[in-house]
Amino acid sequence: MSDALELARFTRAERAVHLLVAILMVSCLVTAAILYNGSLMLMVGHRHVVETVHVWSGLALPIPMVAGLASAAYRFDVRRLNRFTPSDWTWLRSRSRRDGTIRVGKFNAGQKVNAWLVAGSTGVLLGTGVLMYWTGLVRLAFRSGATFVHDWSALALGLLVIGHIVYAFRDPEARRGMRTGRVTARWARAEHTAWADEIADAEGDYRRAAP
Amino acid sequence: MAASPEGAPVGRRVVLGLLGLGAVGVVTGSKVQAGLSDLLTPLQLRDPTGLTGLVPLGDTWRYYSVTGAVTPRDAASYALGISGLVDHPATYSLADLKALPQTSFTDTFQCVTGWRVPEVPWSGVRVADLLATATPAADAVGVRFGSFDGTYSVNMTLEQARRDDVIVALAMYGKPVTHAHGGPVRIYSGSMYGYKSTKWLSRIEVTPDNRPGYWEDRGYPLNGIIDE
Repeated sequence: MSDALELARFTRAERAVHLLVAILMVSCLVTAAILYNGSLMLMVGHRHVVETVHVWSGLALPIPMVAGLASAAYRFDVRRLNRFTPSDWTWLRSRSRRDGTIRVGKFNAGQKVNAWLVAGSTGVLLGTGVLMYWTGLVRLAFRSGATFVHDWSALALGLLVIGHIVYAFRDPEARRGMRTGRVTARWARAEHTAWADEIADAEGDYRRAAP
Repeated sequence: MAASPEGAPVGRRVVLGLLGLGAVGVVTGSKVQAGLSDLLTPLQLRDPTGLTGLVPLGDTWRYYSVTGAVTPRDAASYALGISGLVDHPATYSLADLKALPQTSFTDTFQCVTGWRVPEVPWSGVRVADLLATATPAADAVGVRFGSFDGTYSVNMTLEQARRDDVIVALAMYGKPVTHAHGGPVRIYSGSMYGYKSTKWLSRIEVTPDNRPGYWEDRGYPLNGIIDE
């Protein structure tokens, strides 16, 4: 039965990058909530400790993202995420995007947009955070501007991460893909048809079933 | 895996666009924030739930505490000690401080990291008045403010502490300073960054030097004057 077949979705290197980014991201967001919210701050206190954890988690966050580029599989997936096709636009606009009529590749358009926004806002948060932490770098007006940008970007990124986790909770097979690296062929055909076909064409050991 | 994925490199454009937008935000954000703040601060001050403080709408207070929970003090348990290189050490109760001449003014609270809260009405006793009563010795150089949180302290030069806008603040927004804001008594030093405004003030010590305090030991300038 072809449905029992499993496909390799993420390599060990990609999963390691995901795990490290997840740990650092949660560390950043939890400490951010404490630094930002008055009730939490007064409950937890120890601002300097919380701030130090926040700053170093933030500085470390891009390291696994960049280190992943040593892996060919990670580089190829970054290229997939970067590219947007007319059918991606159709998918985003469609109300019935999940019924399988639009053939989705390894990543759907929503996953691509999420990846761009997370990458871009991580860069913005890193830059503005540096200006806020090393207060001698730029003048006060720019530090105020950096604080303004940092706050709004952090709020947006926090919502993106929560959305990402909500989608993951709804799809155990997608979670298994990130946990073990493998997904069932049935799931791949339903959610990422074009990718499943691509693997089948490449490996030739997977009989294409009628959708 | 050899073939390149199809489509336009929209991802790269979006990432670069966000970085550019961030840079524009750093340069213009101060003005944008001021505009937003004019619209939103009145709402936030009237928000009894504090929920608007969860999101960075306008200019909001950020509450700093460098220790664990600080035990609140009230009129019965509060005392401010003036000590060190002075001819007349003294201890003031909250009632003693309230009985002294009060100075009131409205000013922007400015944190060194960039956040600010404009037009905060303060009132309290000038540190200069307390120092005049205590009479610093001839070799006195600095003033060290200590907090009843047990950890925080910060220094100023005698000259800085005598500025007109450096007060032992008893009221903020026309009401007694709340515990969250460092009440019942805190320092407010208008021409200096927020870390010079010691919360939960319990001690003013006149010193023969100007030693770095809590945040100065952690990288903030010893001279906290806002000069830009």
